[in-house]
Amino acid sequence: MRHKGINYAKYGYLFSLPFILSFLIFTLYPIIYTVMISFSDLKGAGMNEFKILEAPFDNFRLILNNNLFKTSLGNTVLIWVMNFIPQILLALILTWWFTSRVYSVRGQGAFKVLFYMPNIITAASIAMLYYSLFSYPIGAVNSLLQNLHLFSSPKDFLMDKWATRSIVAFIQFWMWYGYTMLILISGVLGINPELFEAADIDGASDWQTFIYVTLPNVRTIVLYTLVTSLIGGMQMFDIPRLFAMGGPDNATHTASIFIYTQAFEGPRFLNRAAAASMIMFIFIAILSAIIFYIMRDKEEEKIKQQRKLADKAATQKRGLSR
Amino acid sequence: MRLTRTQVIQRGFIFAFCILLAILSILPFWVMIVNATRSSAQIQGSAFSLIPSSSFAYNYSRMMRAGAFNPFIGYLNSAIVSVGATVLGMYFSSLTAFALVVYQWRFRKAFFAFIVAIMMIPAQVTTIGFFQFMLQIKFNNNLLPLILPSIASPTIVFFMRQYLLGSLSLDIVNSARIDNASEFRIFNQIILPLMKPAIATQAIFVFVSTWNNFLIPRVLLSDMKLFTMPIMVSLLRNDIYRVEYGTIFLGLTMSVLPLFVVYFTLSKYIIAGVALGGVKE
Repeated sequence: MRHKGINYAKYGYLFSLPFILSFLIFTLYPIIYTVMISFSDLKGAGMNEFKILEAPFDNFRLILNNNLFKTSLGNTVLIWVMNFIPQILLALILTWWFTSRVYSVRGQGAFKVLFYMPNIITAASIAMLYYSLFSYPIGAVNSLLQNLHLFSSPKDFLMDKWATRSIVAFIQFWMWYGYTMLILISGVLGINPELFEAADIDGASDWQTFIYVTLPNVRTIVLYTLVTSLIGGMQMFDIPRLFAMGGPDNATHTASIFIYTQAFEGPRFLNRAAAASMIMFIFIAILSAIIFYIMRDKEEEKIKQQRKLADKAATQKRGLSR
Repeated sequence: MRLTRTQVIQRGFIFAFCILLAILSILPFWVMIVNATRSSAQIQGSAFSLIPSSSFAYNYSRMMRAGAFNPFIGYLNSAIVSVGATVLGMYFSSLTAFALVVYQWRFRKAFFAFIVAIMMIPAQVTTIGFFQFMLQIKFNNNLLPLILPSIASPTIVFFMRQYLLGSLSLDIVNSARIDNASEFRIFNQIILPLMKPAIATQAIFVFVSTWNNFLIPRVLLSDMKLFTMPIMVSLLRNDIYRVEYGTIFLGLTMSVLPLFVVYFTLSKYIIAGVALGGVKE
């Protein structure tokens, strides 16, 4: 890459510099700062001076033994699972229908636009909207259920632990299934069409083609949505906070709400909040690592298999030419 | 392809199911818009209606007089933050991707591996440190900490790099060099226009996600004059709106209106953009 004796390499550094500086200032330094705070005695509004504790892991010990933190972590995982399972199932079914040649759903473009729409709308607004719709005794959902004679008197959904959790999970599901579907469809469209033709020639039914050809080929993409949804889900904040304020009886108190309330409400235990966010970071990292490990193994196997096949084909060719 | 009778029935079922899901997407927003035009008394009578009424002007004046929720301050601040973050994010991500694709430098591969590694860092693990740091340099109650971090957007750099690898031929760069163009000018006048399609797709998503961000602005901003739209919306939970049902729905409607406009004018590109994002892994 040398031209007229000019060394262009320096521009590589120069043009990467803004990114690196911004990363150092706004991401790396805050991370290190958070780690320091998690080992310290920092608490109180507007406080900035702190010293490292004599027993630096005290905050971690405290958080790991804190019942509300355990409840919050449990809620986070529970609500994520309650939203992800129906979300991936519906997305897969819709993907099957939208990419099938037998069913070729009419008006697909419009459906995609509508299914994806909630994802682009401010989560804070959606949480407030559902809060208003489910409010008691005057709310659209209560009115509708009474008009349909399903309920005789209004129900206070937000006083019921499971109802509130389910609604939060439903909102997450409703906001994200369209996204997951679009990702899966694009994955299916990327599959080599010869595979589908081969399945057709072998007389596979539409369902069989989906199960034996489509699904194995989008497995990586399913895992990708699993990881991204998990990382996002473990940080769930806007919906449970604004819809239910973490209640009733802490039923929708998520890990992020825990961190937020520790740091920015009441006595402002910034040190404990920092420790809790480190624990969440490690928790998310371990979960992602497990999923990535599964993913990598499969990839390598695939490459090995392909190599074997290529070798075989090559030897066969050689055999033929002889 | 000839269809059997069962397949025709199945098709009908699938279509009906999709219509139901479409209604599920629209209905909450429809009720929201309708209730924004109804009086509190009407909503108290029945909170579920599909037909607009005539109390829009009344609800609007109540909303503006109540004092907490102010949509125009929200629009202004959200627009400043979103436009700022989008412009900086697009420009510097493209520049970083350019550095990764065009130049042979020693740490190029390591830097790219590093970018992939930091893509997965959950933003919220940095929140406490970020907040304390901003407090220390008196940057809380300032919109800049919501804008500047987008200069380092690993996911966008990743996407831009893929795009450049597929679309840029080094001959263009080399011939510009023969014409004695500086490297910086080559990027601004040749590469940036070349990246327009990729920039357009990513810009929509950065704009929308910055607009929708709630936690970081909520933590940093306490001055009501700086509140972005999602924080404004959270004020609708305030007790002063307790029985002002129509006003709450009007506030919600105004908070999502710009997003609806953006979404329905650009939906074609947005849907295509989501699909592109999924292939990256």
